[in-house]
Amino acid sequence: MKPPDFDYVAPTSIADAITALGSDSEAKVLAGGQSLIPLLAFRLASPALLVDLARVDGLDHVTDEGDRLVIGAMTRQRGAERDPRLADRCPLLVEALRQVGHPQIRSRGTIGGSVAHADPAGELPGVVLALGGRVHVTGPAGERTIEAEELFQGFLSTAIADDEILTAVELPASGPRTGWSVVEISRRPGDYALCGALCQVEIGDSGSVVGAHLALIGVGDRPMRATAVEAAMLGGASPTEAAALAPEGLSPGSDVHASSDYRLHLATVTSRRALTQALERAV
Amino acid sequence: MSDHAVTITVNGVERTDSVPARLTLADFLRERLDLTATHLACEHGVCGACTVLVDGETARACLLFTVQADGSEVTTLEGLTAGDELGPIEQAFWAKHGMQCGFCTPGFVMTISELLDENPTPTREEIIEGLGGNLCRCTGYVKIVEAVEEAVTLRGGGP
Repeated sequence: MKPPDFDYVAPTSIADAITALGSDSEAKVLAGGQSLIPLLAFRLASPALLVDLARVDGLDHVTDEGDRLVIGAMTRQRGAERDPRLADRCPLLVEALRQVGHPQIRSRGTIGGSVAHADPAGELPGVVLALGGRVHVTGPAGERTIEAEELFQGFLSTAIADDEILTAVELPASGPRTGWSVVEISRRPGDYALCGALCQVEIGDSGSVVGAHLALIGVGDRPMRATAVEAAMLGGASPTEAAALAPEGLSPGSDVHASSDYRLHLATVTSRRALTQALERAV
Repeated sequence: MSDHAVTITVNGVERTDSVPARLTLADFLRERLDLTATHLACEHGVCGACTVLVDGETARACLLFTVQADGSEVTTLEGLTAGDELGPIEQAFWAKHGMQCGFCTPGFVMTISELLDENPTPTREEIIEGLGGNLCRCTGYVKIVEAVEEAVTLRGGGP
């Protein structure tokens, strides 16, 4: 057995889960486990107690609220990927899901777990940031929502408090004449991206760009919103002109996989390709 | 830490046991049930050697604690075909020399089983993409892809 020893509870209500989480300062939430269990195997994490959310009622759902979609935290990624409502109403999410790990990972991995884990190269944090979504959390003090802009605070770090649980992810539903694209550069399909661009654009009646959303992953300690690129697109720039601004404000690290300069180059390349494809789809 | 009671249906047989929370499903299958076709290599979700079906979908048995699988139905390579009969995927591996050292084979067969159930006539590109979550350190992927194509033929293009 590689993981360190820990205790385990599988509550059936969110209230019991909050109580369990608060019962031990070394407790941690277990969702799909596809990021947490490798950390345990390497003993990079050693929680005293895991609170498994898999049996909590009401966390596995996709709810269409008109202009918003609310996705329960324990909705499995593979289920979401196959959900025709999400394909129709939030195609950026479905395209991003197809690039999360491999099918064997997505059958266990959850929407909420991936967002709460906040890997800077993770696709789902990128989707939430690009679309300006928010998350619903519950803690001892009750429920609250956290906007995407405040949610991601650093490497694997979010504004969700230690005694709070993410219960749902809320995303705006896409309207007419919306185009989307996810472009990643990685060593192998299924690997974390060296750099990825997640993009959605909306075209108005006059044919001009009236909405532009672009998040870059793998180029910082958290997903990054490319505001300069978005502003340029709204100002009528071409994808090539706008994408040239993608490195603005970024200072990615260098590692064995790619240098900082190469990642900055990829920020432009992936942004251009994603914007171009999104515009083509926005018909 | 206390043990936890679990009941898991493995290859159609209900199994009840008491396990520590940190016992992975892969270790449970191998050490408690002697079902050693499920192989362990990386033990952190990268290589795919431990791929099994959990409630009908492929999953990494090393990234799932046995307690999480309580109440689930698990299928391992041993349960894929009845008795000592070779299924079409196993026959195809034999015919096309897809096995090589054989260590990664069980995981590949489980992945391919699901792949062909969902898409009985995949293109070569779809096969390569579908095998992306399984590693072969003999690196002989060509023979494995050919085995999948042979399995498609043996299955007559059906599930």
